[in-house]
Amino acid sequence: MSGARVDARGTAPRARTGAPRVGAAPSRLTRTIILSLVGLVFAIPIVAMIQFTFRDGLSGSYTLSHWTGLTDPAVNTKYAPLVTALGNSGVLVVVTVLLVLVLLLPTMVLVELSFPRLRRVLEFVCIVPITVPAIVLVVGLVPVYSVVVKVTGSSIWSLGFAYGVTVLPYAYRAIQANLGTVDVITLSEAARSLGAGWATVLFRVILPNLRRGMLAAAFISVAVVLGEFTIASLLNRVNLQTALVLISKSDPYVAVIFSLLALGFAFVLLLLIGRLSTVGVGRRKN
Amino acid sequence: MTKKLAVLGLTPFALYVLLFLAIPSVLAITTGFFDKAGAFTLDNVGALFSPQILQTFLSSFWVSGVTAVIGAVVGALVCYALLGTRPDGPLRSTVNSASSVLAQFGGVMLAFAFIATIGVQGVITVWLKDAGFDIYGDGVWLYQVPGLLLPYLYFQVPLMVITFMPALEGLKPQWAEANSSLGGSRFTYWVRIAGPILLPSFLGSLLLLFANAFSSYATAAALISQGSQIVPLQIRSALISETVLGRANMAGALAFGMIVVMVVLMFGYSLLQSRTARWQR
Repeated sequence: MSGARVDARGTAPRARTGAPRVGAAPSRLTRTIILSLVGLVFAIPIVAMIQFTFRDGLSGSYTLSHWTGLTDPAVNTKYAPLVTALGNSGVLVVVTVLLVLVLLLPTMVLVELSFPRLRRVLEFVCIVPITVPAIVLVVGLVPVYSVVVKVTGSSIWSLGFAYGVTVLPYAYRAIQANLGTVDVITLSEAARSLGAGWATVLFRVILPNLRRGMLAAAFISVAVVLGEFTIASLLNRVNLQTALVLISKSDPYVAVIFSLLALGFAFVLLLLIGRLSTVGVGRRKN
Repeated sequence: MTKKLAVLGLTPFALYVLLFLAIPSVLAITTGFFDKAGAFTLDNVGALFSPQILQTFLSSFWVSGVTAVIGAVVGALVCYALLGTRPDGPLRSTVNSASSVLAQFGGVMLAFAFIATIGVQGVITVWLKDAGFDIYGDGVWLYQVPGLLLPYLYFQVPLMVITFMPALEGLKPQWAEANSSLGGSRFTYWVRIAGPILLPSFLGSLLLLFANAFSSYATAAALISQGSQIVPLQIRSALISETVLGRANMAGALAFGMIVVMVVLMFGYSLLQSRTARWQR
C-alpha cells in the first residue's frame, strides 16, 4: 500500500474538523478545480476534431456522410491509398514487435543471466535513441537504407529495422520493469538443478514470468509504430501517418476520422498496459 | 551453457544495434564534416553560424523554452492535484494512458486537431469571431512559428505529468508529519522541505521537455508544409533539396548541431536525475 493513500486517509477527518491538514495532498476542492480546468482545455481540440468530422463543408450545417462514406464501396476506392498505408503499418508493427521479442528480449535475459556487468552497457545502448532523435537518425538512415534496399528490395518491411531502434527505449523500460522483479538467476539455477535443459529453462520457466513485460513492450511498440511519421516521411515510404498527411490535402474529413480512430486505439492499448502492471501488483500481494 | 556460446548469443543484437543505431548515428553526425567529393571540410559546420541558420536555432530554442516552462508548470500542477488519489484507481489510469498517448504519439494528429480548433475555420476561431474577436486580425499565425506553441503544449504538459509524477509520489508522509509535529505549517512544508527535494527533479523534467520540443518533427512538418522555420524543418529541406545555402551535406551539419544541443540537455538531465534518485529509495 502506498504512503500517499495512508496519508490521505489519515488526514481527511482532521480536515473536516477544520484543523490544518498535514500531508502533501491537496484538498478535494483544489484537486477538482485544477483537474477539471486542465481537462477542459485539453478536451477542446479533441471535441473540435469530432465536430469537424460532422461538418458539411463550409455550409455550417452538419452531416453524417463523412462517417457513412467509409463503408460505401463507391466512395471507398478514393481511400485505397489509405488502406494500403494501413496494411504497410500493419507489416511494420509485426516486424517491429518481432525484433523486440526475438532480438531484444533474449539479449536482456542473457545479459541478466550471464553478463551482469554488461547490464549498464545494454541500458545505455537502449536509451541512446532518446538523445539521437528520429529527425537526426534519419540523416544517417538515408545512406544506410540506400544499401539496405539493394539487399531487401524496396518492400516496406525493411523499414521495421529502423522502427526497432525507435521503440528500443520504450520496449527496454517495459521489459526491464518486469525483469527487475523476477530473480531469473535463482529460477534458472533451480530449474537446471532439477534437470531442465536450457530451452526448457527459457521457454517454460523464465519467459512465462516475463509475460507482463513482453505484452507491455509489444503494446507500446505497436502504438509507437502506428504513430511514426518522421522516418517514413523522410525516407519516402508510405505508412499510416504519411498517408494521413497526404489525404488530408484532398479529404481532410477522412484524415481526421482516421487520426481519431488511431488515437483511440493507442489510448486503449496504453490503458491495457496500465491494467497489466496493476494486475501484476495485485497478484504479488496475494 | 558455455561462456563462448553465451557470447555468441549476444552477437545478433549487437550486430543489429551496430547497423541500425550506431552506424546511422555516426553517419548523421559526421557527414556534415565532408563535402560532396568526400574530402574533409569545416564549411558546413561553419555555416551553422550563418545568420539564417542561427535564426532557426533561435526559433527552435524559443519554442522549446516557452513550451517547456509553461508545460512544466501546468504539468506539475496536475501532478499535485493527482497526489492522494489511488495510484491504481480509474482516474489515475485514465490520466496516465491519456498522457502517454498525447506525449508520445500525437505527431501528425495534433496538427489536424489544432487546425480544427484554431484554424481559419476552426471551432474556436469562428466562435471568437462571432463574439467580435478575430484571432487572425494580424494575419494567420497558426502555420508560423508562434502557431507551434499551442500544439506543442498539448504534448509537453502530458510528458511533464509522466516524468514528474514519480518524484511527487516519492514524498514521504513522514516528512509532512515530522514538519507538522515540529510546528511547521503547510507553507513551510512546501517551501522548506518538499520544494528543495523536488527542485532537481523539476529542473530535470524541464530539460527533458525542452529536449522533447527541440527534437520534435511530425507536428511541425504537418502544420508547416512550406519553409524551414525551426531546425528539424531545416533538416527536412536540406534532405529534400540536398543543398541549403548552396552546400551539400548540410543536413549532416544540422544533425551535428542538434546532437550537440541534445547531449548537453541529456547530460544535465542525468545529473539532475541522480540527485533526485537519492530521495526515491
